[in-house]
Amino acid sequence: MTAGIEFRNVGFATAQRRRLLSDISFVVEEGTTTAVLGRSGSGKTTLLRTVNRMVEPSSGQVLLCGKNVRDVDLTGLRRGVGYVIQETGLFPHMTVQRNVGLVLEARGEASRERNLRSQDLLNAVGLEARTFGPRYPHQLSGGQRQRVGLARALAAQPGVLLMDEPFGALDPLTRMEMQDMLRELLAGLKKTVLLVTHDLDEALFLGDRIVLLSEGKLMAHLEPQEFLHSRQPEVEAYVHAFHRGELSAAAEKRA
Amino acid sequence: MSEFFHQYGDEIGTLTLEHLWLTGAAMLFAAAIAIPLGMALTRRPRWAKPVIGTANVLQTIPSLAMFGFLLPLPWLGERAARVAIISLTAYALLPILRNTYAGLRGIDPSLIEVARAMGLTNAQRFFKVELPLAAPFILAGLRTATVTCVGIATIAAAVGAGGLGELIFRGVASVDNELVLAGAIPAALLALACDGALGLLERWTRVPGPSAVP
Repeated sequence: MTAGIEFRNVGFATAQRRRLLSDISFVVEEGTTTAVLGRSGSGKTTLLRTVNRMVEPSSGQVLLCGKNVRDVDLTGLRRGVGYVIQETGLFPHMTVQRNVGLVLEARGEASRERNLRSQDLLNAVGLEARTFGPRYPHQLSGGQRQRVGLARALAAQPGVLLMDEPFGALDPLTRMEMQDMLRELLAGLKKTVLLVTHDLDEALFLGDRIVLLSEGKLMAHLEPQEFLHSRQPEVEAYVHAFHRGELSAAAEKRA
Repeated sequence: MSEFFHQYGDEIGTLTLEHLWLTGAAMLFAAAIAIPLGMALTRRPRWAKPVIGTANVLQTIPSLAMFGFLLPLPWLGERAARVAIISLTAYALLPILRNTYAGLRGIDPSLIEVARAMGLTNAQRFFKVELPLAAPFILAGLRTATVTCVGIATIAAAVGAGGLGELIFRGVASVDNELVLAGAIPAALLALACDGALGLLERWTRVPGPSAVP
């Protein structure tokens, strides 16, 4: 196994000297998915953004396929890393098809190839290209928009995919469909994925490994099974927080 | 009436063209200054207040006074049209500048973020994302500026710059209401026509959808 993404003692502090990340080290093996869990403000998003240098770490290094991301041309780096964010990332003035092909457009590829590639990708994420390609983002539902966002992130055939709470704004059923689609897609594509989420269930379903961050520190780096049964207090607390409703409903029924 | 048109028709035509030329040239200059300036201000927001404030002050100068100030200046004073175009440019700066700045600043920051993360170069980000999203606002500013300047341009006749104001001033001097109207009505129609044409353009650039950005 080779390292797709490697964090080496990554630290980050804001200009106001607030430490958002301290000494984070772990490896995302090539072709696997690592889910990063943690409460809001734990530094998940900041960590993710060090990979495409939207954030420059104040200490430590981030390596992409063995190369320090600082030594790579910035534009090339970003074009080679797919990036999906929650809800709002589509350009409202472009059709779905143009949104998907935008990275290729930026690279100067011919429109014929761009369009073919966009259409393939739209079909791959479960949107019929002929129907959805000419539409504008506002004409789509939340789930459909998120599919377009994913298709766009895949357009440049990146080896690495960064996903920042991609399904956070969706209802549970739509989210489930999206997770199924993503899992199926990833199984075929063998991408290295870093997925930020606060949803334990999503982390267990999609992650080969789970990382737990708390106040900028790495608390755990475990496989899903281990994570679920860990005795580590921080991990237990996180797992427990997720099943409260279930437990309380069950308890009421017994009472 | 027909006799009136027979006598003044040609002149109204020429003066309308002259009027259009004064306003059009001023708009081109103002846009060439204010749009890049507005863009630059979004990169350095600290400068926004003083710069927009200056444009604001320019706008408060009474137009007749502005023409008067500029007339004695060496190169400008040689031709009244130059004075008129420079003054009109100064008046047009504020609406264009303010709207360019507001339009660019109002873009959803997450869109800019995504454009950067996708690896668009600065120029690509500007031309493919920021400019198209801000275009309706910039055009709205241009439209306000144009309509205002078509009006102000009538006063330029006071310094001999020509335009439809010529008929108005002549009419006022000779207490001839018909002559005043011969200048005023085409000027008003011109303003309406500019407003309509730029309004169409503005509509055409509008971002589709109800969730249109700012």
